[in-house]
Amino acid sequence: MIELNEISKTYTTQSGRHHVLDHISLTIQRGDKLGILGRNGAGKSTLIRILSGIEPPTSGRVTRRMTISWPLAFAGGFQGSLTGIDNFKFISRVYGIDYRSKLDFVDDFSELGKFMREPVKRYSSGMRARLAFAISMAIEFDCYLIDEVSAVGDSRFREKCENELFLKRGDRTMIIVSHQPEQIRQHCNRFCVLEKGKIINFDKADSAYDYYAQWQ
Amino acid sequence: MNASLYRALSIQRRVVGALLLREVVTRYGRHNIGALWMVAEPMLFTLGIATLWYLAGLHTMSAIPVVAFAITGYSSVLTWRNSANRCSKAIEPNLSLMYHRNVQVIDIFLSRIILETVGASASFLILTLLFASIGVMKWPADPLLAAIGWLLLCWFALALGLMAGSLSELSETFGRIWHVITYLLFPLSGAVFMVHWLPPAAQQAVLWLPMVHGVEMVRHGYFGNVVPTHESPFYLATANLTLTLIGLALARETAKRVQLE
Repeated sequence: MIELNEISKTYTTQSGRHHVLDHISLTIQRGDKLGILGRNGAGKSTLIRILSGIEPPTSGRVTRRMTISWPLAFAGGFQGSLTGIDNFKFISRVYGIDYRSKLDFVDDFSELGKFMREPVKRYSSGMRARLAFAISMAIEFDCYLIDEVSAVGDSRFREKCENELFLKRGDRTMIIVSHQPEQIRQHCNRFCVLEKGKIINFDKADSAYDYYAQWQ
Repeated sequence: MNASLYRALSIQRRVVGALLLREVVTRYGRHNIGALWMVAEPMLFTLGIATLWYLAGLHTMSAIPVVAFAITGYSSVLTWRNSANRCSKAIEPNLSLMYHRNVQVIDIFLSRIILETVGASASFLILTLLFASIGVMKWPADPLLAAIGWLLLCWFALALGLMAGSLSELSETFGRIWHVITYLLFPLSGAVFMVHWLPPAAQQAVLWLPMVHGVEMVRHGYFGNVVPTHESPFYLATANLTLTLIGLALARETAKRVQLE
């Protein structure tokens, strides 16, 4: 279970305080597939970062009773001067897994070939995304946080990712944020809209979508 | 409670270990002597200074053996100065790694402090063994005293690293004036003088600086009673403890303010 209790997040900007999340409470049970729709700037990524624990909320409490991934499809968690393999080794050590047992998987899944031994700063954005996704799949979590899946690679690779994530790990908890309703409708069984720092819950994808559409 | 503390500590050890290995690879690479540079670099510095002071004829001016004087003095400076310098502005280049929840601000500081103090300690030890065995300097009169003095200096390096690392993130001004401060602290830190050589008023003043006590203590262990030394291990330990607590509080504040891209 993951529980958000009265979470608020405020950033200090040049022109005063900017409230991104406003007293959000949310409970996610094991196995839930929660889709959060929101426009650009609605605070989706902030919410994901607070859920994953990489950013503290300004106020409120987060309770985590399962292991939670870092935001998937995010290709920034690398050290540019290190090779793909060295980045994978580092992340494996941080999460306490033996990198040797998963190196073949990462090598194979990312399709990077000899580039695994090149510094990540020489990668194209597609290559980075492939490495990021392969590494996220090498380390098992109870709950996956997904920030706009569509960002990863070409359509064939995207299909491979969706298969790996949604079919092979169909039993896990997933939290997907997106501004595109299609993905959420396809993969989720709980729906909400993030609007003006508040969470609004819906029973059906269609009602969440209708509500979201009227704000567009 | 104990179980969760144990779990937290084992995660921290894992993360600091991972950061250490990563730091060694990014800084020294895998080419030529690689990780050995972390010892070779401070050794070369200290050797350079020792040679310079020897050539300047400093050994003719006092009863103190100049090589041992240079090695004890310069190694001491390297511990606290490198630790503080490497921690300052250390967060930004590591920001991307903080996308992994377990990687915390304090872990980044700790990994760099450990790397610097281990490197400086190994360099100090190797130079002592080398020069004492070929007869350029005498073996330390009281190795245990010297070792305790050295450990207290390493503790000081830890406290200073946490403080400098955090302050450089919290205040831009600090980041700019820090290099001026270290530059001025070098001649005052006890590396280039024995407290006993100074007039009483100056002795009183420099003994406010914690690291002066550490250098004096290490030299007491090396030279025995050739020159009276003025260290207070209690003062140094108290200062270390106070500065460590301030450093930890500042690191906590820094962690709250770090913003990911």
